[in-house]
Amino acid sequence: MEQTYAIELQNITKRFGSVVANDKVSLSLRKGEILCVLGENGSGKTTLVNMISGIYYPEEGRITVDGREVKIRSPKDSFDLGIGMVHQHFKLVDILTAAENIILGLPGRQRLNMKQVNAEISALADKYGFELDPRQKIYEMSVSQKQTVEIVKMLYRGARILILDEPTAVLTPQEADRLFEVLRNMKKDGCSIILITHKLHEVLAVSDRVSILRKGHYIDTVDTADATVASLTEMMVGTKVDLNIDRPEPKNRVKRLELTDVTCTTKDGIHSLDHASLTVYGGEILGIAGIAGSGQKELLEAIAGLEPVTEGAITFYPDAEAESDAETADATVSTDAAEGKAPAVTSRQSESQNASKQNISNVSEKASGKNAETGSSLGAASGTKKNGAKGAKENAPVRIDNLDVAKIRSLGVRLAFVPEDRLGMGLVGSMDMTDNMMLRSYRRGHSEFLDRRTPGKLAAQVKDQLEIVTPSISAPVGRMSGGNVQKVLVGREIAQHPKVLMVAYPTRGIDINSSYTIYHLLNEQKERGIAVICVIEDLDVLMELCDRIAVLCGGQITGIVDGRTTKKDELGVLMTKRMVHGSNDPEKTGQPDVQAGTVPADRAGQQESKSDEFAANGSERTNLATEISRKGGSAQ
Amino acid sequence: MSVIIIFIQKAIVQGMGILFGALGEILTEKSGNLNLGIPGIMYMGGIAGLMGAFFYELGTENPNPAVGMLISFLCALACAMIGGLIYSVLTITLRANQNVTGLALTTFGMGFGNFFGGSISKLAGGVGQISVSTTASAYQAKIPVLSKIPVIGGILFSYGFLTYFAIILSVVLSWFLFRTRSGLNLRAVGENPGTADAAGISVTKYKYLSTCIGAGIAGLGGLYFVMEYSGGTWTNNGFGDRGWLAVALVIFAMWKPLNAIWGSILFGALYILYLYIPGLGRAAQEIFKALPYLVTILVLVMTSFRKKKENQPPEGLGIPYFREER
Repeated sequence: MEQTYAIELQNITKRFGSVVANDKVSLSLRKGEILCVLGENGSGKTTLVNMISGIYYPEEGRITVDGREVKIRSPKDSFDLGIGMVHQHFKLVDILTAAENIILGLPGRQRLNMKQVNAEISALADKYGFELDPRQKIYEMSVSQKQTVEIVKMLYRGARILILDEPTAVLTPQEADRLFEVLRNMKKDGCSIILITHKLHEVLAVSDRVSILRKGHYIDTVDTADATVASLTEMMVGTKVDLNIDRPEPKNRVKRLELTDVTCTTKDGIHSLDHASLTVYGGEILGIAGIAGSGQKELLEAIAGLEPVTEGAITFYPDAEAESDAETADATVSTDAAEGKAPAVTSRQSESQNASKQNISNVSEKASGKNAETGSSLGAASGTKKNGAKGAKENAPVRIDNLDVAKIRSLGVRLAFVPEDRLGMGLVGSMDMTDNMMLRSYRRGHSEFLDRRTPGKLAAQVKDQLEIVTPSISAPVGRMSGGNVQKVLVGREIAQHPKVLMVAYPTRGIDINSSYTIYHLLNEQKERGIAVICVIEDLDVLMELCDRIAVLCGGQITGIVDGRTTKKDELGVLMTKRMVHGSNDPEKTGQPDVQAGTVPADRAGQQESKSDEFAANGSERTNLATEISRKGGSAQ
Repeated sequence: MSVIIIFIQKAIVQGMGILFGALGEILTEKSGNLNLGIPGIMYMGGIAGLMGAFFYELGTENPNPAVGMLISFLCALACAMIGGLIYSVLTITLRANQNVTGLALTTFGMGFGNFFGGSISKLAGGVGQISVSTTASAYQAKIPVLSKIPVIGGILFSYGFLTYFAIILSVVLSWFLFRTRSGLNLRAVGENPGTADAAGISVTKYKYLSTCIGAGIAGLGGLYFVMEYSGGTWTNNGFGDRGWLAVALVIFAMWKPLNAIWGSILFGALYILYLYIPGLGRAAQEIFKALPYLVTILVLVMTSFRKKKENQPPEGLGIPYFREER
């Protein structure tokens, strides 16, 4: 059957150094269809489309557009062929207006007539049903508005082939639905669309066909109508995997942290965290949901002492029998480790995942044995000083808001904050694993000289037990792949024996297997009685992993729901819900991090009606949620 | 009254050289290149212009002032642009550190100026003997008739051609940056080269062109000092710290050429203020000379407090761009 494709890729290969990002990948896009490119993170989806958009140049293979073979050497070549790409990270200049961004790089008369350009853009936006003010500056826009600018930009340039790289990662479920609506409109208009995603339900909802990539290899292309979640997952992951993350019932829940009306204020006077109240228990995993920039970072940093708290209190509840516990634990651990070390080294590959995880914590406990002890006694001492009462030192609650970071850390509150670039906070990219382990231990010890041996052992253990792929522990961390960097960071924080472990985006940008390793690690910490707080953007994972989920919106906690019973819709509504008091001022709606406020009027209306619908459907759930949150608030 | 007129005149005379440097640096920085070599490039432009005029007048019986002007103008422009080209190759193509490259270029440019300044002094028969009177007087020629008007003529019309050229250049540059397509593209390159690249703009071309042309404009600042300000002669290290004032003026003007016009006059005024305040000792004079820098710091403090995005330096300033970096 002869058919001209909008784009056809044949046997495309791209290497980065010794890493093969795409190995003989073929892909074909029919005219007027939506094709999903599905694959895990790191499977080469983005690399592949970057070669269509001219960011990278393939080493081997052919690209044909409308049946003609083409060479795409630069983004300009790509434009000339009518291909437009909306990148995962928006390619927009913050200080320019929407219209200026849209006409960027276009040929035409030197003299700019912005009035005319603005009118043209408004007309185009109306045609497809976008809401867009061409005069608005990008830095005043919300994420979904920026995405709109990107898409309109491509259409304005006459793109007939549109590539969207994970467009829904930054959107609420409601916004994503709206985006799909627009995409269908564009399809009707004859555009061909490639949608890159790793979310299966999106694939099934919007696409005509699906191409699956796995680890840089092309697997297959199937019609969406014939596909199911199970079949796609199997092709994407290779083996049939159990999608379920196990969630043991929380045992021995003890109150660990209490936040009351915690407020953080930015330099511009905006509340990045607005009267957030929350109770954190040991032995459970608390998830934090919310659109990017709703205050997740501030919440974790406020607890860790990195963000000054302007109002409210954060109280830490130490263990009642902290001292005796620690002693017995130490004793058992050292014997454990003595026994466990030999098999761990000899048969580390064959050991079951769980057992090996157990080992790492044990060994690391031993490795930092004395250090941890000094650390905790230090913490107790500082706690006593703060309280002034010597006798009640073990179980007296300690106010930790605005306490020194090191003191908070010595109490056992650990933050493994993983920002977008992953190496920004927590690890130093140019240093090796040992040195990165030392970042947590170099202050301890009595000698003038640094002790490199203990962290070195710890690094070796973390590498073995978490199966970190790196040439050696003395290779710079920055050279590792995302998943491995993540494991180093989380592994190190766990080895410090936290009471509270906070992780942010622990699985962002890493493959499914590594993700599961991390989820298992978190579950293990929970079973050991540690309070785990995690910010994860994937709602599915949150709902499978967490015991409770606190939802943030514009710095406010709009609800705390039970992870076992909640539904995605409910979370979605909470993520865009804004409480009446506080930051609802019209002046503040221009802030880019305040999502719902910037939604144009008629869209907001639509969302409201939607949320009403949800409320009607799930009134029972919502009641439950409020009940839980009330309990959380009053369980003092 | 006449003291005030003279003060304003002197302030403008001081300011124009700085203005050229600042305009060149604004154009360069808008492309994301922080060229700290501007002081050196001004030396290079100055000495090249002087040498061009010197050899022309040395080799011709009856030098024509217009030809002398043209030769020195082109020499200054070309030499300064070569300085900009050195910087461009190192930072854009080879991706060397911009600060280090710029500072090295400043050191090089000053040495270059002083070396050739010394050389032609020797040819001319001793220090201070260089004379390019024909060319220099052409540069210093005031506007006829208009400059004779009392007060207004003195303040507005009693300068050489380069002064008016600088003002016109500011306006043109401002129009270019904010009203034309290429200007928009250039600003995008400086703010976010990745975005500009994805939009099909040749980042390398824009960076090279704006850095080299910017250096050329800055070089005219050197020419201005040599010809109009000091009347066609050379003294080693004669520019003092005016090159750095130009870099400071860029920040003061918040990367806007029109602001740079009055900013340069203000800087010029502050720079010579100590001469007009009676009874200052040596130490107090130096403090007064530092006033432009204090004002710049004040502006920096104020703009960073207000955090208005438009008044911040280009976001990509000082960062080399490499497309395939992941």
